[in-house]
Amino acid sequence: MRVLGIETSCDETGVAVYDGSRGRLLAHALHSQVALHADYGGVVPELASRDHVRKTLPLVERVLDDAGLVAGDVDGVAYTAGPGLVGALLVGAVVARGLAWGWGVPALAVHHMEGHLLAPLMEPDPPAFPFVALLVSGGHTQLIEVAELGRYRLLGDTRDDAVGEAFDKTAKLLGLGYPGGPALARLAEKGAPDRFTFPRPMTDRPGLDFSFSGLKTHALTTLRGIDAGDEAARAAVAKAFEHAVVETLAIKCRRALVETGLRTLVVAGGVGANRALRARLEALATELGGTVRFPRLEFCTDNGAMIAFAGALRLAGGDAPTAELAVRPRWPIDELTPPAAA
Amino acid sequence: MSRLLAIDTATEACSAALWIDGELHEQYAEAPREHAKRLLPMVETLLAEASLKLGDLDALAFGRGPGSFTGVRIAAGMAQGLAFSVGLPVVPVSTLAALAQGAADVEHPRLLAAIDARMGEVYWARYLLGADGLVSLDGDERVCAPEDAPVPSDGGWFGVGSGWKTYEERLATCLGNVVSGFDGARYPRASDVARLAVPVYERGAALPAERAIPVYLRDRVANKPG
Repeated sequence: MRVLGIETSCDETGVAVYDGSRGRLLAHALHSQVALHADYGGVVPELASRDHVRKTLPLVERVLDDAGLVAGDVDGVAYTAGPGLVGALLVGAVVARGLAWGWGVPALAVHHMEGHLLAPLMEPDPPAFPFVALLVSGGHTQLIEVAELGRYRLLGDTRDDAVGEAFDKTAKLLGLGYPGGPALARLAEKGAPDRFTFPRPMTDRPGLDFSFSGLKTHALTTLRGIDAGDEAARAAVAKAFEHAVVETLAIKCRRALVETGLRTLVVAGGVGANRALRARLEALATELGGTVRFPRLEFCTDNGAMIAFAGALRLAGGDAPTAELAVRPRWPIDELTPPAAA
Repeated sequence: MSRLLAIDTATEACSAALWIDGELHEQYAEAPREHAKRLLPMVETLLAEASLKLGDLDALAFGRGPGSFTGVRIAAGMAQGLAFSVGLPVVPVSTLAALAQGAADVEHPRLLAAIDARMGEVYWARYLLGADGLVSLDGDERVCAPEDAPVPSDGGWFGVGSGWKTYEERLATCLGNVVSGFDGARYPRASDVARLAVPVYERGAALPAERAIPVYLRDRVANKPG
């Protein structure tokens, strides 16, 4: 069962082929639009859609080539149907549906976040269900209890900014450009740990929801008090910000594991590449006698492999092909059901 | 002799058409916001009724714009997927040309095509009906305010497209002297996309599937800060 996966929900065009029978990723390719949007200080949806429609098919051709496949060798086509930018999602959806229809194979609409939370299962020695997933990206900050494929319970969500968004906005305040999250993390490595202390939002009350917009405001206030040329102070602000984010996430992950009684934490999404977060969650898992699993770095951010993989799992599980060609810009993950149960 | 599938989703209308050696079959619906959902079933119906498979065709034509940004991407993306799946070449056809083709006849050989482009503008071009029964572009395609549409120097033109309905008064003010009438209710149709695509395919000018790229005309869609 070889499944082609197409991801175009935001500013990355990702295409991959996953072989479900052999449990192996055959090929994957990614085109990032980061440079295209950098001058605008954020993703411009229309420009994103325009780029996807130029890049998707050439990536499909490349991936089939790399995998040594010809058109007739593909057994299914999975595409991200949401959540995401409506125009961007539509591009991947129509290309995928055209391919699937022409090949006479099933087309499957995949939930973007399901793709992310299953991504660590593509790695060798994959974690077993059930587990707690922490999804941290520029668009999402969610804690999800994963009972099995397709059975998800949302434990906590952000009330305002996503954690990656908070990183990028704070990086902008620090003059680190867009998207500056990774640059902020590099600056933080040089920062003195104890010079500033940022709050840990919403940790002083029960619950698993997040709020990160206050941290950005706190950074703005702190930066007003220091000299713009004071590199050490700016690094210390970055350090304090990152530390506050990491501690807040760790506190909530601990609560989620304790409340659900689960031992395995799976982390996915672009912020999952953050080294300080990885180290802190490793320490948390050790302390709780459990394990934490991450996808490889390149599959933390949006990619086609996770969509091909999720599609392959669902088709193998007995999911019927998706009938209607439609995308869902907003699509709560707990509306999903296990394969064949729909 | 040739067999072509044509699709168009650039405006409020969604359509697919099958050209089989000069014979045309068409599925057409005015169904805003339902193009993605309705396009493939139309294609499926046309091929089933003709007892043909996609792979039996010679080329795939699509309305490449201008029009709704999302709409032209639906047709372009679907054309890419369908064409690549069975190795067909593609023929991009202007939606303004398809619009003019649909309104052109011996009484209306000179056409002013205008599609409502929102934001106070129209997608605009002039077409002339040739001896082969097909329209050809006279000048260039543009996006502009109705008042800025270039006025032809002589009369006898016929207006066609949603731009004429939305901006009837403004267009009449500048073009009243040269226009004999207009049809503001017509949208581009896949059957006309097919008519215009056939000679392009037959002279060997069809393109590989990845070249099924939209033409938007409006290219300033975001402002850089600062």
